[in-house]
Amino acid sequence: MKDNDDTTLLAARVREAYEQAAPVEIIGGGTRRALGRAPMGAPLSVAGHTGIVAYDPSEFVVTVRAGTPIAALEEILAREGQVLTVDVPRFGASSTIGGAVAVGLTGPGRPYTGALRDAVLGARLVSGTGEVVRFGGQVLKNVAGFDVSRLMVGAYGTLGLLLDVSLRTARRPEAQAVVRLDQDWPTARAALRRWESALPLTGASYAGGVLHVRLAGLAARVAQARAVVGGEVGDSGVFTDLRDLRGTFFERPGDLWRLMVPPESPWDPEDTVIDWAGAQRFWRVRGDATAVYELAARLRGQAMRLFGADRSMGPWAAPPPAAMALMTRVKAALDPRGILNRGRLYPDW
Amino acid sequence: MNQTVESSHHPWPAAFVRRLRRILPADGLLQKATEVAAYECDGLPVYRARPRAVALPRTAAEVGQVLALCTEYEVPVVARGAGTGLSGGALPHPEGIVLSLARLNRILALDPDNRTARVEPGVRNLAVSEAARPHGLFYAPDPSSQIACTIGGNVAENAGGVHCLKYGLTTHNILALKFFDPDGTLHDIGGPTGEWPLDLAALLTGSEGLLGVVVEITVRLWPKPPSTVAYLASFRSLEAAAASVSEVVASGLVPAGLELMDGLALSAAQDYTGIPYPEGSAAVVLAEVDGDDLAVALEGERLSAIFTAQGAFTVTQAVSDEDRRRLWLGRKSAFPAVGRLAPDYYCMDGTIPRRSLVPVLTEIAALSRRYELPVANVFHAGDGNLHPLILYDAAIEGQLERVEALGADILRLCLAHGGTISGEHGVGVEKLDGMCAQFTAAELATFHALKSAFDPHHLLNPGKAVPTPARCVEAGGMHVHGGHPPFPHLERF
Ligand SMILES: Cc1cc2nc3c(=O)[nH]c(=O)nc-3n(C[C@H](O)[C@H](O)[C@H](O)COP(=O)(O)OP(=O)(O)OC[C@H]3O[C@@H](n4cnc5c(N)ncnc54)[C@H](O)[C@@H]3O)c2cc1C
Repeated sequence: MKDNDDTTLLAARVREAYEQAAPVEIIGGGTRRALGRAPMGAPLSVAGHTGIVAYDPSEFVVTVRAGTPIAALEEILAREGQVLTVDVPRFGASSTIGGAVAVGLTGPGRPYTGALRDAVLGARLVSGTGEVVRFGGQVLKNVAGFDVSRLMVGAYGTLGLLLDVSLRTARRPEAQAVVRLDQDWPTARAALRRWESALPLTGASYAGGVLHVRLAGLAARVAQARAVVGGEVGDSGVFTDLRDLRGTFFERPGDLWRLMVPPESPWDPEDTVIDWAGAQRFWRVRGDATAVYELAARLRGQAMRLFGADRSMGPWAAPPPAAMALMTRVKAALDPRGILNRGRLYPDW
Repeated sequence: MNQTVESSHHPWPAAFVRRLRRILPADGLLQKATEVAAYECDGLPVYRARPRAVALPRTAAEVGQVLALCTEYEVPVVARGAGTGLSGGALPHPEGIVLSLARLNRILALDPDNRTARVEPGVRNLAVSEAARPHGLFYAPDPSSQIACTIGGNVAENAGGVHCLKYGLTTHNILALKFFDPDGTLHDIGGPTGEWPLDLAALLTGSEGLLGVVVEITVRLWPKPPSTVAYLASFRSLEAAAASVSEVVASGLVPAGLELMDGLALSAAQDYTGIPYPEGSAAVVLAEVDGDDLAVALEGERLSAIFTAQGAFTVTQAVSDEDRRRLWLGRKSAFPAVGRLAPDYYCMDGTIPRRSLVPVLTEIAALSRRYELPVANVFHAGDGNLHPLILYDAAIEGQLERVEALGADILRLCLAHGGTISGEHGVGVEKLDGMCAQFTAAELATFHALKSAFDPHHLLNPGKAVPTPARCVEAGGMHVHGGHPPFPHLERF
């Protein structure tokens, strides 16, 4: 991977777009373009903006340019025996860190190793006026100023063009194992609750009457945990597939939804796939979204649409009007002319 | 510093006070000088201002009505929890009201199965863990002030504590928030996994009461780990103790807590609690590991090995709840303990990369000698969050100015090492100048723009947390690019 700093160029392009009030579509590796609504504007590639800005393995923090492919970053961390603290989904070899942060999804490790936004310590970005600004930093605790870097996570690039992000890293686990158990969901959930504070879990998913559990950490702990958990050796691909939304379930027809629900919620309907030890449910639904929103409401949760035929529908339904107005003002604070990924989250912004 | 602001004599319209009184319970509006005196300052008493009134609503609905009324009359509002803040965040506005959330102190729901609690903002931090304990659960962020400070105040400051190294700060432990914007509209954000279309909770958390008034918080609870062991490693020098912390961090271990106390803090704590530290300790490191028995054994072994290799002359362990409580007591009471060493003390809060602990502590010691002001260090070492406590006597002419100058030097030192001016106590009124050094004009303008997005008339805690460009130019710290402050079209406050 090249070490290349495109800051000046990218800032100039956004500045120009701001002056002309001409929207730009920010593109990293291009693997996530099908997520969210179809944005307007001239493509602006961040893919050439790559490399490590700072990495001190003893500090467990890496600052990386947004165009860096996730795989390339992981290779650099692996040389030091490290990994990102969080599970970052990727939809192809060219998937970039900037794209991952902008979309904000976290893989199956979420309930145990945290959300992607928890791993972001700081970010440098180009605002909608073409200004280069930095928020947060490379230290673990920082309450100086509003937490704008965390706000960037999951904003789909509508609030700023990410230049680089500082992420937490961890030591690569000594050992890892995936175990499968055939049992009903209430039994599985009860077991997960028993294990959560005691065993080195890093993933728990449930589908088709089977619980898959991932264990990772010190070899002795993983071995002991295997004895406690029981079951049979499972396919380790289950968790990478879930992370990257791949495999037979995800290939089925229909729109792909994720529901965020209280983890104790029942496994219902049974064509959903449970991830995050119960807190995330994937569901394939053809056409009309009513059933999804009804289910989310019944479970006191939320729904987010990931992929679907009708691109006019965004990931999130519009919140109540007052909240929408507030979000629109936040958008305008960072991108006053609405040029960054216009339309990607909601129509007209 | 050390200024009392008297309110000017521009009276409020009688209708405003009358309507305010109608919204609040009979004993819910304080106006007499004797009654409002207790609200003149927070935990940083060098800044004081007399509020014109203190509103004490009992319900969220009343909070909303008070806000709507204040917006109608353009009266500034300073939200207040327990007033334990250390940066003047809850310092009253001389023209405004203090809006105390202390009476909104109900735990609304506890859901042990889903590991959540829904609480009002005036609930004390420790009360959440106490309510969760019978279910084998706890609320992780545990500021040393946890017996007094409120969850609302914790959200507003993004408070941390000794267990945040492993369990995260307040921001990592919030799933949902309800807050009022200044015109009294209630917003309900977040969900079972803490997500929302834009992460407004990220902005609210640590916003020091500038963006909204939080009236309900859903927090994540953690299961109590089956086993916990605390360690106390004693060192003959501060450098060795600090180096051992950097070494623990570099080893990849993530203890539940990793704290450091220097010699001055130790002798103060020892006098205060009566619990002795090993003879000859120039500094100690306190650490805690938790998990199942095996994890605790394995990690504990590695931890003690590192301490010993780094020159610890004793490493003691505490396993039972009572022994651990005694071991932590000196740390948890270090602020009041150090407070007895001098008439006044000033607590700093910079954060640095953990690799810089030795050089920064060495430099702070040198600064302390140069300024002839004793500094005690007792802090969240594993997070790199320093709390140098500068001891002084405000009654001595010129001391306060020297303290401020020393404090500013320490913050500059943190920034020079790639750190920040505040790890957990917030900017408030106290670190406004430091903000000018940490952020460029464009970055500060972004903060102002966000403030305006939430609070267009600048009625919520105005003047705090984000300095005006004019102030930064005066402080000489403003980075202005090419002579143009950015966003010139934006209003300033
Ligand atoms: C001895 C001592 C030890 C401390 N130790 C720690 C520590 O270990 N870690 C740490 O992080 N802090 C610590 N602190 C600082 C302080 O306790 C925290 O900042 C705490 O979060 C403040 O809570 P509070 O309820 O006292 O808030 P207050 O001081 O009343 O208010 C703090 C800020 O929050 C705003 N606010 C309060 N409630 C609301 C609300 N409902 N909505 C919107 N804004 C609101 C106020 O306007 C103000 O800006 C310590 C303080 C003391 C005195």
